[in-house]
Amino acid sequence: MENQKPIIATASLAGCFGCHMSLLDIDDRILNLIELVEFDKSPINDLKKFTRHCDIGIIEGGCCNSENIHMLKEFRKNCRILISVGECAIMGGLPALRNGIPIRECIEEAYWQSPSVKGHNPEMILPNDQELPMLLDRIYHCHEIVKIDYFLPGCPPRADLLYDALVSIITGTEMKLPYEVIKFD
Amino acid sequence: MKPPIPEITDELEIGEQVYQVTMVEIVHGIIKKYGSNPTRLMDILIDIQSEFRYIPPLVLAEISKELNISNIDIEQTISFYHFFSTTPTGKYTVYLNNSAVAYMMGREEVAQTFEREVGCKFGEVSADGMIGLFSTSCIGMSDQEPAALINGKLFTRLTPFRVKEIVRDLKALKHIDEIIVEGLGDGANALPEVHSMVQNNIRKKGPILADGYKAGEALKKIVKMKPDDVIAEVKASNIRGRGGAGFPTGMKWEICRNSPGDEKYIFCNADEGEPGTFKDRVILTEYPKMLMEGMALAGYAVGAKEGILYVRHEYGYLQKHLEKVIEGGRKKNYLGKNICGREDFDFDIRIQFGAGSYVCGEESALIESAEGKRGEPRDRPPFPVESGYLGKPTIVNNVETLCSIVKVIVHGAQWYRSMGTKESSGTKVVSISGDCKYPGVYEIEWGFSVNDVLEMIGASDVQAVQVGGPSGTLIAPNEFNRTLSYTDLSTGGSIIIFGKHRDLLKDVVLNFTNFFIDESCGSCSTCRNIPIHLRTKLEKILNARGVDKDIQEMLEWAKILKASRCGLGQTAANPIVSSIKNFRPLYDQKIQHGKDFDSSFDMLKAVQESCDAVSRVPHVH
Repeated sequence: MENQKPIIATASLAGCFGCHMSLLDIDDRILNLIELVEFDKSPINDLKKFTRHCDIGIIEGGCCNSENIHMLKEFRKNCRILISVGECAIMGGLPALRNGIPIRECIEEAYWQSPSVKGHNPEMILPNDQELPMLLDRIYHCHEIVKIDYFLPGCPPRADLLYDALVSIITGTEMKLPYEVIKFD
Repeated sequence: MKPPIPEITDELEIGEQVYQVTMVEIVHGIIKKYGSNPTRLMDILIDIQSEFRYIPPLVLAEISKELNISNIDIEQTISFYHFFSTTPTGKYTVYLNNSAVAYMMGREEVAQTFEREVGCKFGEVSADGMIGLFSTSCIGMSDQEPAALINGKLFTRLTPFRVKEIVRDLKALKHIDEIIVEGLGDGANALPEVHSMVQNNIRKKGPILADGYKAGEALKKIVKMKPDDVIAEVKASNIRGRGGAGFPTGMKWEICRNSPGDEKYIFCNADEGEPGTFKDRVILTEYPKMLMEGMALAGYAVGAKEGILYVRHEYGYLQKHLEKVIEGGRKKNYLGKNICGREDFDFDIRIQFGAGSYVCGEESALIESAEGKRGEPRDRPPFPVESGYLGKPTIVNNVETLCSIVKVIVHGAQWYRSMGTKESSGTKVVSISGDCKYPGVYEIEWGFSVNDVLEMIGASDVQAVQVGGPSGTLIAPNEFNRTLSYTDLSTGGSIIIFGKHRDLLKDVVLNFTNFFIDESCGSCSTCRNIPIHLRTKLEKILNARGVDKDIQEMLEWAKILKASRCGLGQTAANPIVSSIKNFRPLYDQKIQHGKDFDSSFDMLKAVQESCDAVSRVPHVH
């Protein structure tokens, strides 16, 4: 990493962008971060494709559809270090509430039954365009799909945790993990 | 015979009036039988289940009203036990054991024959509502597998041929007792009140299983002693709990005696659910008087007037037998008021049946269950000796412990300590099953080595021995010189032998892991979740997709399980951990070397269901 700023890429898969918000929540330290790193593919700079090989990939959210799987594999291919960030990426989170419910039931609920659609879909259309991502049978944790190097738990992980983790990786120092940081109840 | 209850089906409109009156009347009768006491909810539900072969949701409101408890209280108890069902389970309900030993003895073929002959899968009821097929955890018949419970009666040593006959007879609406044609079992199994084909298979007798037991001898001796002296004698014998945990019995009694409380209770734990254990079943069959005497002794020693014998549902076929023994004990004044002429020595016993739950063998869960609740272990302290049944000081002792104490009282602590080892005094009744010539019940002194045991039971070409059931240890031949004792290999009574031809990981470790998943009460998130992840990893390895890191992760995750509240969760990873430790090559053979990650994710499989739902052809590349 000498002479060159480490490059970071981020993505939100089946997540709510809360983890990205938490990353922005590091307040003015974001200016330090900008000094330390460059961003590649990320919603933060709206870069849609990888332009080069990255040092650190940050993944928010688990995998709920085929698109998430492709994206995650893409990140693994293009990032030296991959970090699973937040409850959804690590454990499935809220989207995983559908695990155990037959997928047909979920789809019918979403397009036929729920209050916002009921009566508005008289032809009972279920979206099946080939362009759309295909839903998976359940939510998969990121580490079920690709090798993940680090996990940062939390919903979302606190801004300090994200910042400290990035700084530790970039500066090659060991991260301090006091009890309060890993205690959640 | 009562008139048949109309099914709840489309006839509801036609027969509603008659039907509801009949059912409600029956339910009221059952509730009245238990004095409308909400702590007897288990008994009420058991009777309703056996009456209708399920618990009709319709009757919940009635129970709720009569017992003055909420619907949800009743529902949560019902949902906890696997012999309760809120949907019909058939006029005949078959529960086929799915333990590892059952599979070793041919369960697969027997199950397939049942499905073919009945015409439905396991977990379903035949279309005509006649026969329901269900799987259940070990039913305590490991020495005579494959075995099934049909309407509470036991059918052992099943073969595909025998299954065909049984199903034919069931379809002909024969009475369940008529279908037993093999002849009755040995000893008390042949008594009219038992009428069972179960065999005792007692292969080696010791002080507890000895002939010539004289009922009442110990009681007559203690009524001349002070309760403290009885406890002192028990302490001097050094006896420890025989259920598996090995807590010093004398100390337990002493704490309970010293705990303040106007009422105290003696529980006998006859809920042996550890797969491969069946020795308590044999004691209940052949030596119930000794057991009741042991409970009365405990009552005298700690000052309790009521004893509860908690028997697992699977041994329900012994109910009349046990009730008769209790009745006989009352007639002889070994139970009841002023026992053996001693003023103020009152003690009586009632039987409490479970409804299918391994975790109820844990003492605080057992107490919860006897109070009519879900069998979830309590947070401790307080321990049951201070606050147990209905919040009163309570002793929970294993069947064998109580029997041993009768012998300690009769022959003295000195005599008892002369057997076994210094740390583990006396004898242990063990249940031995699996690949050996003579499976059955053996009473051996503590200190026997595994090699001694193998020689005794006629086992050769042994690949592994499971000591202490799934929650115990799986050991390899290089450790067969280890001894059975509290300080080395501790066991509550289960020893299972696996021959060289067995696939240990698939047939044993996976089966045991499934057992823990099925039996978790779900209270601790550790026990509810981690065993499932462990199973996923194990299956991945069995499917040749595993890597070395998977093994490392299983060992790491297993440590977290130790944070569980009770022994079930704390030991749920034992099959995996001890097989990794003692049979590492079996894992190494199956994993992919030179690869540090394998996802085992199959996109096509994962999207199939959703594509089908929206009529779309999956495109996977």
